[in-house]
Amino acid sequence: MEPSSQPVIVVRDLKIGFGKLPVLKGLTLNLNTKENLVVLGKSGSGKSVLIKCIVRLLRSDSGTIDVMGERIGELNASDLAAMRMKIGFLFQSGALYDSMTIKENLAFPLKRIKRNLSSKQIDEKINEALENVGLSDTLDKMPSQLSGGMRKRASLARTIVVDPQIMLYDEPTTGLDPVTSDEISALINQIQEKYNTSSIIITHDIECARATADRMIMLKDGKVYMEGSLEDFETSSDELMQSFFKPKIKHQR
Amino acid sequence: MKHMKVIGPVLKRIPRLPNVKQQAIKLSENAIRKTEKVNQFFLEVGAFTLFFWLTFKATFSRDFEFREFLRQCYLVGNKTLPLITITGLVIGLVLTIQSRPILAEFGALSMLPNMVTLSIVKEMGPVVTALICAGKIGSGMGAELGSMKVTEQIDAMEVSSTNPIRFLVVPRVLAATFMIPILVLYADAFGIMGSWLGANIKGDVNFVLFTTQAFSSLGFSDLFPAIIKTFFFGAAIGFVGCFKGFTAGRGTRSVGIAANESVVMASMFVILIDLVAAQITDML
Repeated sequence: MEPSSQPVIVVRDLKIGFGKLPVLKGLTLNLNTKENLVVLGKSGSGKSVLIKCIVRLLRSDSGTIDVMGERIGELNASDLAAMRMKIGFLFQSGALYDSMTIKENLAFPLKRIKRNLSSKQIDEKINEALENVGLSDTLDKMPSQLSGGMRKRASLARTIVVDPQIMLYDEPTTGLDPVTSDEISALINQIQEKYNTSSIIITHDIECARATADRMIMLKDGKVYMEGSLEDFETSSDELMQSFFKPKIKHQR
Repeated sequence: MKHMKVIGPVLKRIPRLPNVKQQAIKLSENAIRKTEKVNQFFLEVGAFTLFFWLTFKATFSRDFEFREFLRQCYLVGNKTLPLITITGLVIGLVLTIQSRPILAEFGALSMLPNMVTLSIVKEMGPVVTALICAGKIGSGMGAELGSMKVTEQIDAMEVSSTNPIRFLVVPRVLAATFMIPILVLYADAFGIMGSWLGANIKGDVNFVLFTTQAFSSLGFSDLFPAIIKTFFFGAAIGFVGCFKGFTAGRGTRSVGIAANESVVMASMFVILIDLVAAQITDML
């Protein structure tokens, strides 16, 4: 499905800092419906901080964030919980609950978000989500028994099991080998097609960005440095873009 | 000029007068550092109070996590039993062995069961059990929640519309509050048993006779305050462990720090609560 120009997330002049260190200095961006927006930037440029502000895991110092027309900063606890039900968040570390099996990990948000489901329906949804990420045989395994890539997939299954409308991916391919990274990138596209989600993908993995982006944003010094299509970024003569997109020169030993 | 040639080397030997400006900067830097420490202290007190209020509010809210509470009761209670058994037994045994010669000297050997039981039930049982629980349960909770914080599991819980305080903190605090009094009673029982064993080292004492005499001097006014304070011990241990875990910093080092600080702070609370309880009992 083609992205539409109807924004589902609107971020305006977002500022946040930690102590005396400013991280985002007036960031403005939109995420359109059914769009995969890739946010690139060096480590420490505030990419993860941005999506944590969107789900209000962090409170911004100033600026506004509207998600599906509702101002995130002004929601009370119950409205915020309702809003968060519509958003899937894939954490950098996977963040699977390590005292629970994979099945319990997936059942945890389901039982809390979709309270009217019977246990049979919950089982069906869990099986479907695990099948979608190719992990049908891991139901009773503990997270510690899975590889890094499998943990990421299981975590992805946990986010899609509640049918979110918006997906926020925090460095989905970090720490994975190139083959598994490609598989995760393909999964992101499959999820977008199957569930019609709008996604923000935070990454500094260029291959993941190439595979998933409808539109791209580069962050620098807490602001949007460049915005455009993959082609715009690849053909840019800007030094920062080149350092990301041009083939790396091999260092001599 | 000739004059300077003579006085120059002498002047060089005289220690320089301290630079007033540098001294002032040093003083102000020290003052700022001290102010930061004071600020840090008040921030910690503020965070502690807020965390207490949120936990209190979540305890009486709807959707109580009963299964998680039962799981925590099992972890807090059952997993601590072996340690409490040995500790209770050893306390009773040691108290008896050490008290016997003194009581014998005053011709009050027959008071041995009463004296040891009173000291176990009123003080040794509750405080030693609580301190062991502060080490085992407090550090466990601090480390578990600290590692959940570091690996973003608490954040994941929050974004899946679950209040982590209601799911993680309330069941743990309540489990500690209700299980520690039971553990204390269990430790008391083993302490009295240990005392009987100690009494049997030098002589043959009937168990029924020993316990009858032990409980003869034990009144409601001894048992009641001793049990009541253990609820507060439990709540403090559970709460401190959860607070330290929840407020752990980022990075694996923070997990160790959270566990360590949980033990120190929970032990301190146990001793302070015991002091307050002793004062209140004394006044009544």
